[in-house]
Amino acid sequence: MENKLIVSLSPHVHNGDSVQKNMYGVIIALIPALLVSFYMFGLGAAIVTITSVAACVFFEWAITKFILKRDHSTILDGSAILTGILLAFNLPSNLPVWIIIIGALVAIGIGKMTFGGLGCNPFNPALVGRVFLLISFPVQMTSWPVAGQLTSYIDAETAATPLALMKQAVHGDAGALAQLPDVWSLFLGNNPGCIGEISALALLLGLAYMLWKKIISWHIPVSILATVFVFAGLLHWANPEVYASPFVHLFTGGLMLGAIFMATDYVTSPMSHKGMVIYGVAIGFLTVVIRTFGAYPEGMSFAILIMNAFTPLINTYCKPKRFGEVVKK
Amino acid sequence: MRTFRIGGVHPPENKLSAGKKIETLALPKQAVLPLSQHIGAPATPIVKKGDVVKVGTQIAQPGGFVSAAIFSSVSGKVAKIDEVVDASGYRKPAVYIDVEGDEWEESIDRTDTLVKECTLTPEEIIAKIKDAGIVGMGGACFPTHVKLMPPPGNVANILIINAVECEPYLTADHELMMEKPEQIMVGVSILMKAIKVSKAVIGIENNKPDAIQLMAKVASAYPGIEVMPLKVKYPQGGEKQLIDAVISRQVASGALPISTGAVVQNVGTAYAVYEAVQKNKPLFERVVTVTGKSLKNPSNFLVRMGTPMSMLIEAAGGMPEDTGKIIGGGPMMGKALVNADVPVCKGSSGVLLMNDKEAGRGEMQPCIRCAKCVSACPMGLEPYLLATLSAHADWERVEKEDVMSCIECGSCQFTCPSHRPILDFVRLGKGKVGAIIRSRKK
Amino acid sequence: MSLILIAVISLGAIGLVSAVILFVASKKFAVYEDPRIAQVAAVLPQANCGGCGYPGCSGFADACVKAGSLDGKLCPVGGQPVMAKVAEILGLAAVASEPKVAVVRCNGTCANRPRVTKYDGARSCAIMASTYGGETGCSYGCLGCGDCVAACQFDAIHMNPETGLPEVDEDKCTACGACVKACPKSVIELRYKGKKSRRVYVSCVNKDKGAVTRKACSVGCIGCGKCVKACQFDAITVENNLAYIDFTKCKSCRKCVEACPQNAIIELNFPPRKVVANAETPSTEGLKAAPDAAKAAPVSQKVAEQPKEEAKA
Repeated sequence: MENKLIVSLSPHVHNGDSVQKNMYGVIIALIPALLVSFYMFGLGAAIVTITSVAACVFFEWAITKFILKRDHSTILDGSAILTGILLAFNLPSNLPVWIIIIGALVAIGIGKMTFGGLGCNPFNPALVGRVFLLISFPVQMTSWPVAGQLTSYIDAETAATPLALMKQAVHGDAGALAQLPDVWSLFLGNNPGCIGEISALALLLGLAYMLWKKIISWHIPVSILATVFVFAGLLHWANPEVYASPFVHLFTGGLMLGAIFMATDYVTSPMSHKGMVIYGVAIGFLTVVIRTFGAYPEGMSFAILIMNAFTPLINTYCKPKRFGEVVKK
Repeated sequence: MRTFRIGGVHPPENKLSAGKKIETLALPKQAVLPLSQHIGAPATPIVKKGDVVKVGTQIAQPGGFVSAAIFSSVSGKVAKIDEVVDASGYRKPAVYIDVEGDEWEESIDRTDTLVKECTLTPEEIIAKIKDAGIVGMGGACFPTHVKLMPPPGNVANILIINAVECEPYLTADHELMMEKPEQIMVGVSILMKAIKVSKAVIGIENNKPDAIQLMAKVASAYPGIEVMPLKVKYPQGGEKQLIDAVISRQVASGALPISTGAVVQNVGTAYAVYEAVQKNKPLFERVVTVTGKSLKNPSNFLVRMGTPMSMLIEAAGGMPEDTGKIIGGGPMMGKALVNADVPVCKGSSGVLLMNDKEAGRGEMQPCIRCAKCVSACPMGLEPYLLATLSAHADWERVEKEDVMSCIECGSCQFTCPSHRPILDFVRLGKGKVGAIIRSRKK
Repeated sequence: MSLILIAVISLGAIGLVSAVILFVASKKFAVYEDPRIAQVAAVLPQANCGGCGYPGCSGFADACVKAGSLDGKLCPVGGQPVMAKVAEILGLAAVASEPKVAVVRCNGTCANRPRVTKYDGARSCAIMASTYGGETGCSYGCLGCGDCVAACQFDAIHMNPETGLPEVDEDKCTACGACVKACPKSVIELRYKGKKSRRVYVSCVNKDKGAVTRKACSVGCIGCGKCVKACQFDAITVENNLAYIDFTKCKSCRKCVEACPQNAIIELNFPPRKVVANAETPSTEGLKAAPDAAKAAPVSQKVAEQPKEEAKA
């Protein structure tokens, strides 16, 4: 035989999974939400999404090539595209292009590449970008266009989001909760908000797809949603005048998007199932605390980023159940 | 249906040679018998150049308590005692025998008649197994007699027969069960007698329904032997996993499997025990699966030890042009061979030829911390962490993270979407930590 | 005004209290340390390479002070000058020692040692060594994954992509021994640097029988023992089919280099031999050249192949 035999240690087979497959799998899972956003916000959603994805991919390529000077380009692994889509999903559809580009630069440049690129970042890049924009451009970032304005972009008419109304209720506006849309339209997505977060239904479809394809496990999304439901339910039960119902909490704001797509980010979430549940419960709890008692109407991004910081600690102390630890009878 | 409770994966089964009858392979011109065919001390040769040996003549005696005797698989003259590259990839001492005819030792019963009766005492059985050089036939090659003598303080109460054959591609045990069920049952009964238990469970994965059916039928005539179908999941053939699957008890970290009261033996070992005890036939031949997607005739052969792998490949249709890798054993835990002249040993359960496309590993990407390795690990370890710590030579933490529990099943690397050589590094860590622990004991 | 006053007073008070606590703590919990340890540590290179066998420079300083003698203690990085300073501080006699350098004892380049298999695992010599004997027929030689390069703190060892072997940069090598420990095949050895960096060594660690070695590598030691006969100083021994030159006995006469039929013995940094024209009788010519070699002008530091080629010619 002329060609040399290959020698390596076992295992000699692989299940064929790859980083790309996982990344594109998540992107596929995002498609229903993307379609809903196009249907609700039309042109604005398209501009924001395309800008964000293009900017993220460009920055990833440019930083890899010119600053890190690596020969191997990582833009095709889908992670930058995914960050771009997730960043766009967390922005209002009337955001000017230049702000989106700044957000993409922060997300990829500071959130991801400074730490060494894919797999090394402690915080979810898309959320780093979003929170940076939220703090830097509070006015633009919190003016939410009303759904259904298909052809308008910057000039879209805006309105208060359900979360803002909920906040007003906490601050003593007795009539605020009554103005909330009904739960069903919240579930479908017919309300103002960020591009990708409005339709709980579309996001749940994505979750189902990812669970089916075994891209993620159920632990994080379920523990977040359950915690929010229980905690918000307790508050509502204590005082329904002031605190909105747990269903409203579940279907408004970035909760679904965060629980299904942001908190489950591989790189920044814990490794063991036990750790994932702790992480999820903490995110759910923090989200409701910020939503109800904090300064901002939405707490999902902050809650996830805070828990991202705790992920290494959770990994250190939450070990998976070792074989043989089961106490014998 | 029962299975083990932590982790596990489902590699594609690819049992290409399933249902192929066991064929007896022709004798080689020269048999090369490595002196280290088992775990433990290498055997010491008791023949010298020019000695005439028969089939079944002992040529080496155990080199210690954990060691095994080696018998000639052919008749002829000892050509030399030299080195040969074995499955480990290193040159190891071996006895070379030039084959002349096929003359067997007179004591061996070569008839096909089934001998059911066994009147020996447990001690005599174990002595006979030891004198036949029998080792675990599943691949680990642990001397069987050692496993049948539990250390003081441990009592066996169940015998578990490993017939799961969870490795993809391999069918040797499957075929053996289909063709020699009665002999296996007698072997199991003898093993039960040897460890003084009244109950034996034969665990078979339910991807072999024909074997489950046949074995269950035959077992009904043997008191105390039960066939248990198991859910298909890799690595069910791991000793600890199998005990968990069958009796729902997990061997504590660092403890011997016998601490759960179970003794596990491979189905091939049970057959070898039958032959040794009832037929006076020492271990010098075994069933080997020769398989591969590009191979013309994937087959199951009855092969004498010391036959070069190339002969098996030739008999199965010849080496395909596009062979990229030759694996001794299955694809999950087998060893890649350096060349096709490596001899068949006691632990050679199969030869797998992989073509160019399958042979190489995928391109390595950064770890994305997806935790799939953690979910797949049947020992509940964190492979990604062990690999990283090993790569940074932080042996203290590697030890703390229970690296020594790793059974090297390869599930982590099999599932890793980033194609990282996780197990390579975990093995490195295991080796280093093992050495550190040994030096500490001294 | 009062606001500023309050701020100043409160800050000042906090500062004062902290200062008192720190003062008391420093007095109360002070641990006496031999001041010479710090002095010795100050002259050490602070590379913390562990080459001396102690955990870091401060560990070595501590050991030097406590031992009361510098016997057997050497900072390989600082070498003789640093040890002299240490001896001065401690008032002890400096123990002379020959400077050493790391030597790669394998010449199995891609050309000399053809590859027979292809390794496809993690790029680590340690892992490759646990997999099998390596990509070539020689299971003793350099594996070429560069564990030694990764282990070197001083940037003194690099892989040569053409030969596939590591090369030691003599100027940077401090003989700390990190590469020796890192090499799973024990290919690297610390040897005396020699006068003007001139060294003679067997560039092979293969213990296989001659025929096996010869098949695997064109410059492998076959253990023929010709070098043993050529050596007048009993510096060469053959064990397990492998010759070894004891560097403490070697006088760099270079006779063994000529005697070796496999060109496995390498002479390093010697000036070119004067007479190479007559290929029939190289040994006698070389004999004359050797003792004078020290007087000749030192040549460039460029290593490895050239001297071997000359020896062959």
